[in-house]
Amino acid sequence: MNTLITVKPLLAILAALCLPPILASSRSPNAREAWTFGAALTMFGVIASMLPAVWGGARLEYTLVQVLPTVSIAFRVDALGLLFALVSSSLWIVTSLYSVGYMRGLKEHAQTRFFSFFAFSLAATVGVAFSANLLTLYLFYEMLSFATYPLVTHHQDREARASGRKYLLYILGGSIGLVLPAMLIVYHLTGTLEFSAGGILAGKAGAAQLTALLVMFVFGFAKAAVMPFHSWLPAAMVAPTPVSALLHAVAVVKVGVFSVVRVVTGIFGTGLLTELNLGTLVATIASVTIVAASLIALSQDGLKRRLAFSTIGQLSYIVLGAALLSPSALTGAMLHIAMHAFGKITLFFCAGAIFVATGKKFISEMKGIGWRMPLTMSAFFIGALSVIGLPPCGGFISKWHLVIGALEADRIVFLWVILVSSILNAAYFLPIVYQAFFCSPEEALFERRVQEAPRWCVVPPLVTAAASVALFFYPQPFLQLARLATRHVLGGF
Amino acid sequence: MTAAGYINLIIAKYNYWIYIVLMCVGLWGMIVKRNLVKKIIGMNILQTAIILFYVSIATKKGAALPILAHHIGAHRTDPATIINPLPHVLMLTAIVVSVATLGVALALTINIYKRYGTLEEDEIHDLMRNA
Amino acid sequence: MSAHFPALIVVSPLMAAMVVAILAWVRPGACLPLAVVTLAGSLWAAAGMLWRVVVSGPFAYHLGNWPPPIGIAYQIDHLNALVLTAMAAVALVNLLATWRHARRDFAERVNYFYALYLLFCAGTYGIIVTGDAFNLFVLLEITSISGYALVGMGKRDAALASLNYIFMGTIGASFYLLGVGYLYLVTGTLNMADLAMILPRLYGNKVVTAAFIIAMTGLFMKMALFPLHGWLPNAYSESSSPVRSLIAPLTTKTMVYVMVRVALYVFPVDFSFGHLAFAQPAVWLAVTSIVAASLMALSQTSLKRMLAYVLIAEVGYMVGGFWLGNRMGMTGAILHIVNDAAMTLCAFLAVGSLRQQLADDSFKALRGAFRRMPWTMAVLVVAGLSMIGVPPTCGFFSKWYLIGGALAAGQWAFVGALIFSSLINAVLFFRIFEIGFFEPFAASDHGHPPDLAYAEAPATVIAPMLVTAAGLVVLGLLTGRIVTRIIDAAIPAAIL
Repeated sequence: MNTLITVKPLLAILAALCLPPILASSRSPNAREAWTFGAALTMFGVIASMLPAVWGGARLEYTLVQVLPTVSIAFRVDALGLLFALVSSSLWIVTSLYSVGYMRGLKEHAQTRFFSFFAFSLAATVGVAFSANLLTLYLFYEMLSFATYPLVTHHQDREARASGRKYLLYILGGSIGLVLPAMLIVYHLTGTLEFSAGGILAGKAGAAQLTALLVMFVFGFAKAAVMPFHSWLPAAMVAPTPVSALLHAVAVVKVGVFSVVRVVTGIFGTGLLTELNLGTLVATIASVTIVAASLIALSQDGLKRRLAFSTIGQLSYIVLGAALLSPSALTGAMLHIAMHAFGKITLFFCAGAIFVATGKKFISEMKGIGWRMPLTMSAFFIGALSVIGLPPCGGFISKWHLVIGALEADRIVFLWVILVSSILNAAYFLPIVYQAFFCSPEEALFERRVQEAPRWCVVPPLVTAAASVALFFYPQPFLQLARLATRHVLGGF
Repeated sequence: MTAAGYINLIIAKYNYWIYIVLMCVGLWGMIVKRNLVKKIIGMNILQTAIILFYVSIATKKGAALPILAHHIGAHRTDPATIINPLPHVLMLTAIVVSVATLGVALALTINIYKRYGTLEEDEIHDLMRNA
Repeated sequence: MSAHFPALIVVSPLMAAMVVAILAWVRPGACLPLAVVTLAGSLWAAAGMLWRVVVSGPFAYHLGNWPPPIGIAYQIDHLNALVLTAMAAVALVNLLATWRHARRDFAERVNYFYALYLLFCAGTYGIIVTGDAFNLFVLLEITSISGYALVGMGKRDAALASLNYIFMGTIGASFYLLGVGYLYLVTGTLNMADLAMILPRLYGNKVVTAAFIIAMTGLFMKMALFPLHGWLPNAYSESSSPVRSLIAPLTTKTMVYVMVRVALYVFPVDFSFGHLAFAQPAVWLAVTSIVAASLMALSQTSLKRMLAYVLIAEVGYMVGGFWLGNRMGMTGAILHIVNDAAMTLCAFLAVGSLRQQLADDSFKALRGAFRRMPWTMAVLVVAGLSMIGVPPTCGFFSKWYLIGGALAAGQWAFVGALIFSSLINAVLFFRIFEIGFFEPFAASDHGHPPDLAYAEAPATVIAPMLVTAAGLVVLGLLTGRIVTRIIDAAIPAAIL
């Protein structure tokens, strides 16, 4: 495998750090939003331009600064990182469109702050995706924690404060209390923090110590929302919907699972985990989360809260896939990062559009809404199908790989977990759609007159819903990247 | 050690015992007394104790003052016959330091008296709590 | 001239202090420029010496050409060149950032403030460069006495706080002097290099052990290690803001430096760490200090008092890291001397600015501070993140070495204390940020928060603060270079 030294990863991150122009044009909203778009498009362009090289089996590297004598802040673009960066940056473009419609539609305050920190969060997300070692990953992980705090608490009311507290308590408690010591222990044991295909911990510590370390990492990356470190996510739903959509369905939470996958594959190494049978431990934790979160989601009436619990469950699919350690499961896990992102962001966009158009937040208030907002609810339906994992949507492809992976690993229990939870997914999503379209006229709470949300709130969910369908037929860029990454992780090179 | 041994220890090293006692007196004054001026006096006793300690370690039995006559070169003097001048010189500086400290402390005390009308620490704390 | 830097760096602020005191009568307007120029010159000299040490190794300077052990020698090596540069930078930046506040707080007495400021700096620089144990005491007292006077210049209860500071400070200094006296008794010398040569022959000597413990106790008192910290919170919170942001970064850190100097370069390393059973109790003391100070910080209701307790916890970091006795922990401690000075300066400058603009620094006064003073609060956020230990700020990297050293030494209690204090710092700072960000609350769901008057400090105050905040990040990113080029050479090879 050849390695290219290029400044592109850094450029991608810097593209999102367009804070000065955003701040400078705070008095002219159009110029400000133009800068955001410019940043999003530039970032996507830079990331996409790295695709051919990575596809060709190359890795792109760039060392920013030798910050400690043996550890540097360095970037490395490999298939897995690129997959995640591609998902985040492409969805940022769509979300920017949506944000404009949503924030202006609701006449929100402090929009400059909102767009600045949004860009900042994306920079941190891409930084995590391109990190070459654990220290760099930790740096951007923490940067993301703080950059999202003003977004979560955007409304600045008491509820926002309470949620912000919970958010920081879990995220910082995990990262400072668990990940930081775990990272230092890894460094103490091995003298390095570099991610490498076979892991770096093999033969450096006993089974008990490794188990403790693994548990510290899995729970410490609280953004992955593995139970019992999940309850910040429903609380964070007080944020404006674009934040929930991009950050709490894509960027932030995926950074959590991405970090877990990175640590499992790059620090521990699949070989070591198989040898010690530690995969089963993590897979069990993930399975409990999947089933429990799905059951809780059933009982939620707040639409965004239901989506949040659904996200918690779906994130653990990724953790489960990584923990099964079989080729297809790993591919499925990585693919699920992308597929779930497109599906879930559609759902959040729809929830936001409903709120902008009608002010409704609760599912029980949405009977018959399909006749009032047919486009939005159609997009919702497609998004739901994708998250449940039914064809013709992208979610089917990743779940298919996960199922095959469970069979490959010869773990029928986890196969059942996936299947049962898919049924639960259907049980908490489909009634919403059914109620929206097929309730009797007496039950309907809306007039049968089409009145959609503003244009910029309706187009983005349609785009992402279409993308979800398209990904079923052409999963290529993501599937190819996931396969490359799996081969790399399992030592195929 | 026998009783005679202890007595011998005290008498032979009386200079150390004096400085230790003085130091304890000083510390006691600073910690236990509630009047600020008494505390300052305690502080001065503490500093003086250390100055005495330094000066006492310079002395030698039967030694003369370290003043050199002109016609005798330094290389011909026997160090055993003169008192070590260095600790004395050091303590000149230390005395200056303690005087300076005392000056600042007294100046502050005047300010405290102007503000609270008392130098009793307990009364000052009462005033602060009620303010 | 650069050959005389070691002397000039002490003598020039000393002289300038006297000149300023005289100029205050003749040409009051010239005082501030003279002080700034002097401090800038000191920084230049310190940086020059650091450069020389890095390029060509340590060197000694004999005052008045008297060779040691008779004369006083100033010994410049990697350790003190680094600390000196940091302290000189802090002193200069602080004066640039706070002279406006000083004018307001001290009115017609402001020129005496400059004189004391210079005197304080002269003493601090002297402590750092001197290679003579008694000279160190004298300079320590110069620093302390000007510090007492500076604290005493504050309003309200400052005089009482300063007097208590005098009592505790004098006890500490006296203990140090006594320890030096014992050393002189058995070795007959006061020169540090000379002491380091003679002491290895005196391992079994009880007087040497007593000297070490007495001197260390004195230093612990001076650096406000729990439970000897009683003087610090009042002294720092009652003094006016320009003074606070000068003495808070300089005093405790300089004392930690003296501890490092004495334990590494006066006493033989195998005596300090091997022969004497001092390291383990010192680490436990540090653990207690960190935990206790963090808890006490939680119960404070004003920003400056809270920071004062955070500062005491940070002293515990350095003391504990140093007495871990391994290279990594020691690197962390020395690095933290520099980083903590920068962080403390940054935090106290922001607090000073808040206090000047909002006229109060209880937590209540901070309501809406993010909208009223966005730049100042941004600086406070950076300082807070650094104290919590978030990369890439410098606080993270010293914590990295400290925790790494504790892991290598198997001191799990110290690891726990550091993590605990990081989490407490997160709570402490976010409690403030919450007040500044949320309150006064928006009326209802999607309501806009009420408008507040913009009250940001003038640009001359903001600019040095922003430089300091940027410095925290730059220091963090330079950690690798500082460690490999300077700190590695500062730690004796005997430490592994």
